[in-house]
Amino acid sequence: MALAIPGRRWRFAWPRWLVLSWSWRITWLYLGLVLFLPLGALALKAAAVGPGQFWQLATTPLALATYRISFGLALLAALLNGVFGVVIAWALVRCHFPGRRLLDSLIDLPFALPTAVAGLSLAAIYSTNGWLGGPLQALFGLKVSFTWLGVAIAMVFISLPFVVRSVEPVLEALEEDQEEAAWCLGASPRQTLLKVVLPQLMPAILAGVAQGYSRAVGEYGSVVMISSNVPFHDLIAPTLIIQKLEEYDFASATVIGMVMLLFSLLSLLVINGLQVWGRHWEANPDLSA
Amino acid sequence: MPQLSASILIPLIACLYVGVIILLPALEVVVGAFAKGLGPFLENFQSAELRSAVLLTLRCTVIAVPANTIFGLAAATAIARRQFPGKALLLSVIDLPFSISPVVVGLMLVLLYSPTNGLLGGIVSSMGWKILFSWPGMVLATIIVTLPFMAREVIPLLEEEGWDQEEAARTLGASNWQVFWKVTLPSVRWAVLYGLILTTARALGEFGAVAVVSGNIAGRTQTLPLFVEDAYKQYNTELAYGAALVLGGVGLISLLLKLFLEQMLGGLRDTDPSR
Repeated sequence: MALAIPGRRWRFAWPRWLVLSWSWRITWLYLGLVLFLPLGALALKAAAVGPGQFWQLATTPLALATYRISFGLALLAALLNGVFGVVIAWALVRCHFPGRRLLDSLIDLPFALPTAVAGLSLAAIYSTNGWLGGPLQALFGLKVSFTWLGVAIAMVFISLPFVVRSVEPVLEALEEDQEEAAWCLGASPRQTLLKVVLPQLMPAILAGVAQGYSRAVGEYGSVVMISSNVPFHDLIAPTLIIQKLEEYDFASATVIGMVMLLFSLLSLLVINGLQVWGRHWEANPDLSA
Repeated sequence: MPQLSASILIPLIACLYVGVIILLPALEVVVGAFAKGLGPFLENFQSAELRSAVLLTLRCTVIAVPANTIFGLAAATAIARRQFPGKALLLSVIDLPFSISPVVVGLMLVLLYSPTNGLLGGIVSSMGWKILFSWPGMVLATIIVTLPFMAREVIPLLEEEGWDQEEAARTLGASNWQVFWKVTLPSVRWAVLYGLILTTARALGEFGAVAVVSGNIAGRTQTLPLFVEDAYKQYNTELAYGAALVLGGVGLISLLLKLFLEQMLGGLRDTDPSR
C-alpha cells in the first residue's frame, strides 16, 4: 500500500495539471504583472547604466558610508537579538512564570505595529526628554534619538521576533532526556548547554539571525523617524535611495537599489540553506555532527 | 542551587529585554495620544487631511487584500500538492517581497511607470494614465509588499490535507469549480482567515514602498502611516500621535485576532483524532 501511493500520485497528477491550468494561469499572470515586471524594470535599468559606471556609482564614498551604517548596525542588532532571542525562547518554552502568555504575545508586536508608529514612539522614548532618553543622557551622556544609536535601536525592535520564533519550535522538540542524560554522565550545566543544547539549536538561531538581519537592512519606516538622516553619520541606504530619487538622480538610485536587491536575493539563499540544514539535523542528528 | 537562580534569572532577563524594547514603545503611543486628555485626542479627527489619509489607506487595503487573496488561493491550488522541478524556487520567488526592502519595491515601480524615466513610461503617458504620485501606484506598492502572506498560510495547510476529498468529490461528478468552492476552500478557511488578518494589517501599515511612489501630498496622496510621519516632522505631535494610535490600535486588534485564531486552530488540532 505504502509503495503504491507515490506511483499512483505521479500517474494521476499529470492530467490534473492540465485540467486545473486556470490556477496556474492566474498565478503566472499575477506574478508576472505584479512582481516580475517591476523586478525586470530595475534589472534592465541597472544593466543600462553599464558596468563601469555601475561600479563607480555603487562605490561612491557616500554610498559606501550608507552600506557601512545599514549593514553594520543591522548586524549589531541581529547579533544582539540572537543572544536575547535564545534567552526569551528558553524562558517561553522551559520556564513557568506569571506573565508568560503576555510575554509570548508581546513578541509579535513588532510584526503587527506599523513601522511609522514604531518609529514615532521609539524616537519619542529615546529623545532627550523621553522616558529612556532622559536618564541615558543624564547618567551616561548618551544621545540616542537622531544618532546612529537610535538607528540601531529601531533595528533591534523590528528584528526581535525572528530569532525567538525560529528557535521556539526547535527548543520545544528538543527532549529534556538528552540534557538529563548529559547531567547523569557528569556534565556540568555549562557543558550540557554548550555541547548538547546549543549545537542542536544553532541552525534555528542562525536562520533567525539571518532573517532578522535581512529585515533590519531593508527597514525604512521606523529608522527614518529616529534617524537624523545626516550623510556619513546615520543615513541608511534605503533613505539614500529616496534622496537620490528626490534629486532626480535615477541612475544612482537604481544602482543602490540593485545592490540592495542583490543582497536580498543572497540572504534569501542563505536563509533557505540554513533551514534545509536545520531540517537535515532533525531528520538524522548523527550525520550533522 | 544554580538551577534555581537560572529558572528565575532567565525569565527576568527575557521580560526586562522585551519590556524595554517592545512594551515601552507600545505604551508610549497610548500615553502620547492621550497626553492632553480625551478631548484634544478626539479633536484630531476633525482634520480633513487625517480623514482623507484614512480613506486612502482603506482604498489601498480594500483593493490589495482581495487581489492577493485570489492570487494566494490560485497559487496554493496550483503549487501546494504537486511535486515538480523548480517548486522550491517558485516558493522562494513568492516569498521574495518579504526580503526586498520596501524602498526598493517603490523604486522598482518608479523605474517601471515613471512617465519620464520608466520602462513603460511611454505607454503610461500616451494612455494618459497617472500611476505614480497617485493612488494606483500606491495600491500596486501595497499589493507587492503584502503578496506572500496569503499564499504562505494556505500552501502548507493544503500540502498537509492531501487529495482524498477532492478525488472523492470529482468521482461523484463535481466540476473543478464546485470542487474548489465546496471542498478545497472550506478545508483551508482558517488559514485564509489568518492570511486575511496578516495581509490587512500589513496593507494598512505599509510605509516605505508607498512613501516612494506617493509623492506624499497632504490631503491627496497621503496614507495614514505617511500622515503620521509628516505630522511628526511638522512638529504637529498631537496629530501624529492621534493617527499613530489609530494605526497601532488596528495593529493590536490584528494581533489579538491572530492569537485568538491560533488558540482555536490549536484546539482543533488537539481534538482532531486523526493526528
